[in-house]
Amino acid sequence: MLLKLLFRNAFRHRLRTLLTIGGIAVAILAFGLLRTVISAWYAGVDASSASRLVTRNAISLIFPLPLSYKEKIRSVDGVRLVSYGNWFGGVYIDEKNFFANFAVEPGSYFSLYSEFLLSDDESAAFFRERKACVAGRKLARRFGWKIGDTIPLRGTIFPGNWNFVLRGIYQGKDKTIDENQFFFHWEYLNETLRKTMPRRADQVGFYMIGLKRPDQAAATAEAVDGLFRNSYAETLTETEKAFQMSFVSMSEAIITVILLVSYVIIVIIMAVVANTMAMSVRERMGEYAVFKTLGFGRGYLAALIIGESLTLTALGGLLGIGLTFPTARAFGRAVGQFFPVFRVSADTILLDVAAAAIVGVVAAVIPVWRIVQVRIAEGLGRIG
Amino acid sequence: MKEQRSNLPSKPPVIRITDLVKSYRRGSQSIPVLEHISLDIEEGEFLALMGPSGSGKSTLLNLIAGLDQVDSGSIRVDGAEITDFSEMALAAWRAGHVGFIFQFYNLIPVLTAFENVELPLMLTNLSKKARKAHVATALSMVNLQDRMDHYPRQLSGGQQQRVAIARAVVTDPTILVADEPTGDLDRYSAEDVLHLMDELCGKLGKTIVMVTHDPRAARKAHTLKYLEKGVLTDAPQIAVPERI
Repeated sequence: MLLKLLFRNAFRHRLRTLLTIGGIAVAILAFGLLRTVISAWYAGVDASSASRLVTRNAISLIFPLPLSYKEKIRSVDGVRLVSYGNWFGGVYIDEKNFFANFAVEPGSYFSLYSEFLLSDDESAAFFRERKACVAGRKLARRFGWKIGDTIPLRGTIFPGNWNFVLRGIYQGKDKTIDENQFFFHWEYLNETLRKTMPRRADQVGFYMIGLKRPDQAAATAEAVDGLFRNSYAETLTETEKAFQMSFVSMSEAIITVILLVSYVIIVIIMAVVANTMAMSVRERMGEYAVFKTLGFGRGYLAALIIGESLTLTALGGLLGIGLTFPTARAFGRAVGQFFPVFRVSADTILLDVAAAAIVGVVAAVIPVWRIVQVRIAEGLGRIG
Repeated sequence: MKEQRSNLPSKPPVIRITDLVKSYRRGSQSIPVLEHISLDIEEGEFLALMGPSGSGKSTLLNLIAGLDQVDSGSIRVDGAEITDFSEMALAAWRAGHVGFIFQFYNLIPVLTAFENVELPLMLTNLSKKARKAHVATALSMVNLQDRMDHYPRQLSGGQQQRVAIARAVVTDPTILVADEPTGDLDRYSAEDVLHLMDELCGKLGKTIVMVTHDPRAARKAHTLKYLEKGVLTDAPQIAVPERI
C-alpha cells in the first residue's frame, strides 16, 4: 500500500512531476559530465604505473639531461630497465591539431609501456626504420592516417620540417589508456640535431625507469638523485603518478571551480525538488491529517513523503545517468585533443546515485517536518 | 429527535467527560473554547451536538476522538483515560477505537473505494485475505460492493460518504465520530447517510457522536446537546422539523 500510494502521489500532477524529473535528469547529467571532466584531468595520473619512475632535470622539465646518465641510472639497485625521450612539440599542419608527440628510444620505451599494444609486425617495422613512427588508434582515426602514410610535423622546440612514416597504430590495453599519442625514434631526432644543432645533441628530456619492485620506488629515486647531486645537471626522480600530478596541480584552480560548480548544480536541484515536495505536501495537508486521524504515525508519513521524493529523484537520476553516456561520448569526441581519455567511470555513476539519493532525502526534510508538526485539527481545517 | 432510549443498560457510560476545559492561544491571548464540560454518553447512544459556528462543538468532538489535547479535565473512553496518553499512544488508540466520518468525506483520491476502506486495516495484523473479507463486508454494508474499484472522483457525494462510513466501521471501533456528515450532501443523499448511521447505531449498537448544523440530522439522534460559547446544555435551542 505504501509503495502504491507514493507512486500514485508522485504522478498526481503529471506535468509538474515530469518537469521535476526532467530538471533532475539535466542536473545529474551536468553533474556527471563535470565529474567526468575532472576524472579526465586525472586520467594520466590514474593510468600511471607504480613500477615506473620519471627522472628529469631538477631545475625544470624544460632543461635537458645528458644521455650519459643512462648507464649510471641502469646501475642503481632496483632498476630493471631505463628508457628515455624528449617532448617534441611538433605541429601537424595547424596548431589546432594538437596532440602529444615524443621522440623515444623505442625498444625500451615500449617494453616499459606494455599497456600500449602493438602487433609484432608493426613493432618490427617501427623498430627497423629510423624515420618510422607509431600513433594511437584514436589519433590515427582522428586524422584518417593509415599504415604507410607520411606524416609531416613542423618542429617548434626542434625547428625544421620533419617527416615520419606511420608503421604502427597502437591500442590501449584498456579504456583508461591514452590512444592519442605519437612516438618516433629518438635516434632520428638526435642524428639530425648532431648535424644542425650539435650543442643540443646527446641530451634527453626525461628518463623513464622501470623498477624491479614497486615498493623500492622511494629508495631507488633517492639513489638515482644521489648519483647526480652537486653535478651541473642535478635530477629529480619521482613516481610516474607524482610526475603526472605535477601537471594536474597546475590546473588545480580550474578543477576546484569545476568541482564547486558541480556541487552548486546539486544544491540548485535540491531546492527545485524541495519546492515540488513542499507544494505537493501543502496541497495534501488534509490527506496527511486524515492519515494521522486514522492512527498512522509520523514514521509512516515520513516514509510516504521521503519515498515520493526519492521516487522523483530516482527516476530523474536514472534518466540523467542514461543520458550521461551518449553525451559524454559526444563530448569526448569534441574535446579529444584535450582529454585523450574521456569516459564515465563507475565512481562517477556512484556519485550520481549518491547525489540523487541525497537530493531526494534532503528535499523531503522540510515537508516531513511540517507534516509532523501540524496539528490534526489544523490539517483537517475544521476547528469550530 | 428520537426519544432518549429508556432501556439503556446500567453499565458505566462508554464516554465520560468530566470538567473539561480547553482554550486556544492566539499570540499572548488565551481564548476559552470549552468551559467545564461534563457529559456521559452511553454505549449504543447516538448523540448530536449542535450549536452556532465557533461554539466549540468540533473541538469537543476532536477531544473525544483523541485528535487534540485538553487543558484540564478528564475524558474516559471505554475505561481508558485518554488525556493521559502520549501522542503516539493516542494514535494507536484512535486506530483501534475510533471511526471517523467527515463533512467532506476525506477519502484519499489516489486510492480506490476498496483501498480507502482497507487503509485503517493496514495498522492491524490482519492478513491480506482477512483484510479483503473485512473490506468486502464493510462495503456491502453501505451497499457499494459493486463500486469497490472506483476512485472517489468516480463516485457521487453520497457514495463517497458511504465509502467513508465503511472506512469508519471496518475496524469495528468503540465509537464513531461524525463531523457534519450531511453538510456537503443533497437532501436525498443526506437521508441515505443518516439512515445508515441510524442502522449502525440501532442494529450494530455503535456509539455515535455527531456534530451537525442540520436539524434533520439531529432528528435521527437519541440525544441532543447544545453548545454555545463553550457551555454545554441539554435544552434544545432550535426547532427540529418533524418531516424531511
